[in-house]
Amino acid sequence: MVIDPRKMQSLAARMAGDEVPGRSPWADARRRFRRNKAAMTGLAVLALVALFALSGNLFARWSHEELDFSVMGQVATAGQPSLANGHYFGTDDLGRDLFARTVQGTRISLLVGIVGAGIAVVAGTLFGAIAGYSGGRTDQVMMRTVDILMSIPYMFVLILLLVMFGRSMTMLFLGIGLISWLDMARIVRGQTLSLKNREFIEAARVIGVPAWRIIGRHIVPNLLGVVAVYATLLVPLMILTESFISFLGLGVQEPLTSWGALIAEGAGTMGYGTLWQLAFPLFFFVVTMFGFFFVGDGLRDALDPKDR
Amino acid sequence: MLGYVIRRLAIAIPTLLLLIVLSFVLMHLAPGGPFTQERALPPQVLANLNAKYGLDDPLWRQIWNYVHGVVVHFDFGPSFVYPDRTVNQLIADGFPVTLTYGSLAFLAAVTVGVALGTLAAVRHNGWLDYLAVGVSIGAQVLPNFVMAPILVLVFTLWLRLLPGGGWSFSDPSFWIMPVVALSTSYMASIARITRSSMLEVLGSDHVRTARAKGMPEHRVVLHHALRPAMLPVISYLGPVFVSMITGSVVIDIYFSTGGIGKAFVDSALNRDYAVMMGITILVGALTILFNLLVDILYAWIDPKIRY
Amino acid sequence: MTKLFTTTALLIVMALPASAVQPAEGETLAESQTYTYWLLDAIKTLDPAKNTDVEGSDVLRQLFEGLLNEDGTGGMVPGAAESYDESEDRLTYTFTLRDARWSNGDPVTAGDFVYAWRRVVDPRTASEYAWFLELMNIRNATQIIAGQLPPDQLGVRAIDDKTLEVRLTAPTPFFLKTLAHATTYPVPQRVVEEHGDAWTQPGNLVGNGAFTLDSHTLGVDITLSRNPDYWDAANVVMQTVRGVTVNDNNVGLTRYLAGELDRVQIPAGQYPRLSQEHPDQAVSIPYACSYAYVFNVSDKGPAALKDVRVRQALSLGLNRDIIVNQVLQGGQKPAYSWTHWAIDGFQAPDAEIASMTQEERSDRARALLAEAGYGPDNPVSLTLQYNMDENHKKLAIAAQQFWKPLGVKITLNNVEWKVHTDRMQSQDFDMARYAWCADYNEASTFLDWFRTDGYNSGKWSNAEYDRLLADSKTAEDTAPLYKRAEEILAAEVPAAFVYHYAKVDMINPAIRGIPTRNVTNSWYAKDLYRLAE
Repeated sequence: MVIDPRKMQSLAARMAGDEVPGRSPWADARRRFRRNKAAMTGLAVLALVALFALSGNLFARWSHEELDFSVMGQVATAGQPSLANGHYFGTDDLGRDLFARTVQGTRISLLVGIVGAGIAVVAGTLFGAIAGYSGGRTDQVMMRTVDILMSIPYMFVLILLLVMFGRSMTMLFLGIGLISWLDMARIVRGQTLSLKNREFIEAARVIGVPAWRIIGRHIVPNLLGVVAVYATLLVPLMILTESFISFLGLGVQEPLTSWGALIAEGAGTMGYGTLWQLAFPLFFFVVTMFGFFFVGDGLRDALDPKDR
Repeated sequence: MLGYVIRRLAIAIPTLLLLIVLSFVLMHLAPGGPFTQERALPPQVLANLNAKYGLDDPLWRQIWNYVHGVVVHFDFGPSFVYPDRTVNQLIADGFPVTLTYGSLAFLAAVTVGVALGTLAAVRHNGWLDYLAVGVSIGAQVLPNFVMAPILVLVFTLWLRLLPGGGWSFSDPSFWIMPVVALSTSYMASIARITRSSMLEVLGSDHVRTARAKGMPEHRVVLHHALRPAMLPVISYLGPVFVSMITGSVVIDIYFSTGGIGKAFVDSALNRDYAVMMGITILVGALTILFNLLVDILYAWIDPKIRY
Repeated sequence: MTKLFTTTALLIVMALPASAVQPAEGETLAESQTYTYWLLDAIKTLDPAKNTDVEGSDVLRQLFEGLLNEDGTGGMVPGAAESYDESEDRLTYTFTLRDARWSNGDPVTAGDFVYAWRRVVDPRTASEYAWFLELMNIRNATQIIAGQLPPDQLGVRAIDDKTLEVRLTAPTPFFLKTLAHATTYPVPQRVVEEHGDAWTQPGNLVGNGAFTLDSHTLGVDITLSRNPDYWDAANVVMQTVRGVTVNDNNVGLTRYLAGELDRVQIPAGQYPRLSQEHPDQAVSIPYACSYAYVFNVSDKGPAALKDVRVRQALSLGLNRDIIVNQVLQGGQKPAYSWTHWAIDGFQAPDAEIASMTQEERSDRARALLAEAGYGPDNPVSLTLQYNMDENHKKLAIAAQQFWKPLGVKITLNNVEWKVHTDRMQSQDFDMARYAWCADYNEASTFLDWFRTDGYNSGKWSNAEYDRLLADSKTAEDTAPLYKRAEEILAAEVPAAFVYHYAKVDMINPAIRGIPTRNVTNSWYAKDLYRLAE
């Protein structure tokens, strides 16, 4: 479950090299992407999952925290998925509606995934662009820092962070986001170095455009393709990380939940005849993972069409 | 190359120091201490305990003493939660276990993953390809905390084939489920990477040339395609290794293997400072070492790369 | 145990047979006498002075033997001591030890007990359970722990090799009941001094119990085997005892069902199904622990909880029947008193709340909240803190939903154990889940908690309550005092008592001799045996 950095580099090189007027890589890419069946399917799946997260509650007959006392205590028999009592996905061990909880969990997991990936991408891009643009000693120091940070077992540090600050969404976002910005920083730095000496940047520098502006206006936009692909591929990794954290019991606070928490609960009780508690959350989890993979891969292939 | 290796090893020292300070500070800032417990200790007893373990010193001094102990005496200190044992002993007991099932899982993931990926690429668009892709996609995202209890249910309760947990260095039947649960998802990832990279290489000019010269297909694959196709797989190995160490938490919890994964999480939750530090340093050092090995391997396979 | 205390000094020779359980006639023993039981976690230490948890005590009870043992009902029977003598002022106990040997052949002497107890209170040992000797009221224990007196001033002395004298600071009705606790076990001085902290490792450890240590792999298993040098070895049938760590209770149950374990805890909610499928194996027995939500009434606590009506309303609103019957489902009982119902000699007061229906309780709760100025328009907002655990989580979620219709808004706060404890001890909480397990089979072990200078994390204080408990230390008949104390708790509601524990286990029917009427759940492997299947 790791993004292949070589492909990202190749993509970055292409995106940076595409500064030829009149030829947008995006128009070609859109066409190629549409022809990629797996990627289009992935996109459709993601759209459906997002729709489920946003509007699922309209159909839910229970809230995600209500206890159904008529089901409680006999979940294996009375808590099965049923249209009649409104528990479309059945109930959890306490008699809470699994449909509403899956909607809730989907929201949290997607949020953690997207925000976490966002933080990683923004941090990585800025760090890499600044290092690459500054060059010299600053670059040296910044990249050595990245080298050092690369060797830190992040999951351990994340556990420590959650232990220290207590479990909160903010900490989860930050902690998860902090895991994967390093690769991004390296790729972006490499491309910034090659962009830096291009004429249009030189020109901007000569007429006195400040550095932060050059980075923001000229360098980052040229890396958008990488950023987009990287972010798409990062989201499922963030979701996986969150599920592991939830498994350890360090995830979000009840009555909020996430896919990881729901799956961990369902996996615990799967021997007791309540398999739906595992099946529904796992289904959404797996399907979304695929969605992001296919879209990410498709996007990359579309933007960087090597001979394949 | 040698210069590069030395430079990398030199960077290991500041890295480990940073890691030590970072985790030490985080741990000590966290609420509660190793002796916080249900029946609040009388202040005198607590004072005695803190004095015994040097926890009443200022933080910088504790860090200094700790680093000094590690560097000079290779002494990682006492465990607060397991007073009968030192951290050196705890790691000496747990690490070989983690290392054993970890390396086996690693080997399994790489060999099976590469074989499966290569087969799928060679039989591109055949049923084997679809099967491999389908299975590996599913296996890739199945969390191992779901996989592990399923394995116990199937192989211990239903089939009664394998022991449901525990560890023995002499009896491989204890190794099987931990290795399977730990390796499956990486095996699947490696298979996918191998497949796509192999497809790329098989379509490249020099492979086409080799084919045109009438070389049999299996020789083409083994002698010309495999080596370049391995490059992306190798760059993936470093992260795989690190994730496997992290994943060992799940293995230790479900299979009672007594490895260092569970020990780490426990030590963080129990504020067992020295154990937590010891394992963090060990894993940090391993990560550095392994990343270096991967880079060397990479250079060896791809002669174009010069460090 | 029946009351043995009299006003005159009396030599009591305990004449009970020492080993209580033996195979009945017609029972065929299995060839392989092994017993494998489930451990949730690794055994942290095998040093009696340093052990703090139940699972450790279970192992220590097999490896060592204290002055007294418990029988299958929790009564005290002779252990290392054959008999004892109690002075008239009830401040001095003199024990006569039996002829017994350590597993290395040395005789067990009174000096071993003196050494062990001094070691517990010695600040250099830094024992987390040093307080236990304070609880026993042994003379000078408090001062030694504080470092004001040297350990040899402890009120315990070897008159000769076979005679041990213990002097107390105050008459202590439960003193004898503390003597089967792991902290009071003797340790072999020579071995401890020879090996230091490593003396408890396999190969080094020497005990006076019915079993010896074979192996101990942290987080995997611990194996004990029968000690042929034990004084009553002739009556020990069990050969091998093995504790197996399985961190996940559900997997533990799977492994029990696969025949790998002889005993495992049943996960919450699974008892009804399992007792139907395996009526001969699913067992629920009372277990002397009580579960509560403690209210913080200290200065740092929320204003609402300082109003007794709010506390009463919260207690009333908690639907204990649903918690017990639909969540836990393992023979636990709703709690309307802090003391566990099965505690020896305890008579619970008739709590009005116990006889009401939940509807009546909720109505009363609403009325009380309205009186206090709260209601749906002006909700009480509180945080309920609990520590990481599947069952605590379930209960907290349920409680939140029970209180919601009363207009009480609860935020759940799940924290790790260390944080939970730390915050409770510094009154940094609104409501916190808490459970207390009996140290000995008498009500004061529970009631002491709410004394003004007790653990009492919520800082509730009541002069009459303190007086009652002080009086109980010397009273002839403690039952009415304890009953009155419980009445005060019921009226003042320093905590909402939730339920009284039961130990809910799957036990292999081939294993015999596991006590089912001992509320502290102390078991002795020397009393176990395995039938042929």
